[in-house]
Amino acid sequence: MTTDNGYAIRAQHVSRHYQMGPTLIRAVDDVSLDVTTGEFIALLGSSGSGKSTLLNLLAGLDRPTGGAILAHGRDLAQMSSQDLARHRSATVGMVFQSFNLLPRMTLEENVELPLRLAEVDRADRPGRVREAVDRVGLLKRMGHRPAELSGGEQQRVALARALVNRPKILLADEPTGNLDSATGEEILRLIGEIRERLGMTIVMVTHERALAERFAQRIVFLADGKLMSDGVHP
Amino acid sequence: MKSRDLFELAGRNLREAILRNSLTTLGIAVGVASLVAMLSLGVGLQQMINKRMARSGLFNAIFVAQRQNFRGFGGEEGRRNRDAGTTNPNEEPRVLDDAALDVIRKVPNVTEVNPDIRFTSDVRYNGSSRLAFLVGLPPSAASDDAFEGMKGHFFSGPDADEAILQVDFAKELEKDTSSLIGKKLTLRYAERQSLPADKNSNGDPGFSVVRRERELTIVGIIETTPGGGLGGFGRGGMFIPITLAQNLRSVQNTDVRAILRAANGGSTPRTYGNVTVRVKTANEVQAAEDAIKKMGFTTFSLLDATRNLRRVFAVIDLFLGIFGSLALAVASLGIVNTLVMAILERRREIGVLKALGAGDGDVRRLFFTEAGAMGVLGGAFGVFLGWLMGQMINFGTNIYLSRLDPPVPPETICSVPWWLVGGAIGFSVLVSLIAGMYPASRAARLNPVEALRYE
Repeated sequence: MTTDNGYAIRAQHVSRHYQMGPTLIRAVDDVSLDVTTGEFIALLGSSGSGKSTLLNLLAGLDRPTGGAILAHGRDLAQMSSQDLARHRSATVGMVFQSFNLLPRMTLEENVELPLRLAEVDRADRPGRVREAVDRVGLLKRMGHRPAELSGGEQQRVALARALVNRPKILLADEPTGNLDSATGEEILRLIGEIRERLGMTIVMVTHERALAERFAQRIVFLADGKLMSDGVHP
Repeated sequence: MKSRDLFELAGRNLREAILRNSLTTLGIAVGVASLVAMLSLGVGLQQMINKRMARSGLFNAIFVAQRQNFRGFGGEEGRRNRDAGTTNPNEEPRVLDDAALDVIRKVPNVTEVNPDIRFTSDVRYNGSSRLAFLVGLPPSAASDDAFEGMKGHFFSGPDADEAILQVDFAKELEKDTSSLIGKKLTLRYAERQSLPADKNSNGDPGFSVVRRERELTIVGIIETTPGGGLGGFGRGGMFIPITLAQNLRSVQNTDVRAILRAANGGSTPRTYGNVTVRVKTANEVQAAEDAIKKMGFTTFSLLDATRNLRRVFAVIDLFLGIFGSLALAVASLGIVNTLVMAILERRREIGVLKALGAGDGDVRRLFFTEAGAMGVLGGAFGVFLGWLMGQMINFGTNIYLSRLDPPVPPETICSVPWWLVGGAIGFSVLVSLIAGMYPASRAARLNPVEALRYE
């Protein structure tokens, strides 16, 4: 369901400040950002610029200290922790730099995990898992554990896991950070294809400008927690 | 998260750190085993004593006597009855005769009504004679502890011409008491013979006393008197079957009272001084006792003694349980330690779970389930260990008892009833869940962003 005039995400004067002893850290400082449904946006910035913090706020993993974040019309700042968990389960899929697969589980079990958490009927799970794994082209590796897969394959598994609950928004935190450039490109191409096929909204954090310019429709620069520029990439 | 998924994930997590979780579970098992062993000892001893008491026949027995209606007689009971107005001093007290016995037999849950027949007799054996106090024994007395390990056997029938001697009296007849088994002795006693009715006199003509003899075979020698010397069996030197005792129609003390009543215009039926009434279990004693009292008889039972005994055992079980629980309390610290370690190790995993949609409640329930699973497994294994310890105590004790002189029959010192099995496992789960509360709550409160950053 898309409400709020076609915006998947609206961040309005969002701040995330931390108190470290006597010092106030402004990780994200008065950032406003609108993301339309189906858009592929890249958050660029140097280390410590606040891009990952902003992504965590958009995911509902963290709460802003100021402002409002509307995801498909619902304000994340006003949600209970239980509702935020439901938001992460149903609306958002996440991919991380270090893949974050559970090492003792097979590929299949890792991809099934979000379905368990979302209480999807057991009978529907194998089909949903196969569909997601098929999208990333790893059907033949279903029984393998993460340690038996390459970095690129692990990230593809993480992508399948993020997609299995059919989320509206995919949030990717440095998805190519642990991959060589060729594999990184391959992953981003896959993400782009999935966006086109499923009409998903994608917000990707990266510090690789070249990749961002190549795959994202829009690039947002952050520095010292502030939004420095927001432009549509040709 | 659905319960089945929760159990599957918890099981997977427990299998991951199999050694540490097994050791923690073993700690719980040892705690539960000590609890079960302690309580099984208390339960076993209680059951053993209850069984002994039940076999003595004292705790499901009511001793019934005729009321006295004259001042100065009847003791405390008579005074209480008079004060309570249950005895009318102008009324004849109800007679404890065969008709009264039939009425008592109809009281609910009454299984047996036996008159106390006892009389003094002259016993002739091997050319010499001795006075002996004879007591009639019902067939149910065979299960009395006094007959456990007796020399010889119990009566072959309720009217068999047989006698069982108490060892002190037997020694008077023969030094080697064992040699008496199978030998014959002659009983010389006073028989009560009713006189034919006289048309010219008022009321019952009374009875005459005739000397009789009866030859009996000695079938057994016992060390102690049945029923702990209480009730109808008390202080006997020689025991004969109850029906035989009734058939002998020996003169009883109550016959004197009966003849005095006959002088007042009444009849002289055969009456009994005391009657022993047995009910199914000790629980039915009170109701039956009340019913018999209402009929106009004086009653006495050892019910209060059993109540006090239950209280004593409840206190003993409580203390044994407390000591047994100490080990379980120590084991519960192991659960806390294991789960706190698991949080540290699985910090990043908790972050991933939360990022994928797990709520605080899901994480809390996952850790609770892991604690509960350790409680169930530890509890079940602990019950088995506790039972095994109990069996070893039973085995060792019975070896010791069998080597005593004379050998004592085997006893069940430790007993693990089903309620203890269920209760111990339930208690183990409860303690485990309480121990898991802190780690589960800590895991649930983990900040997912910090957890995901954790290396």
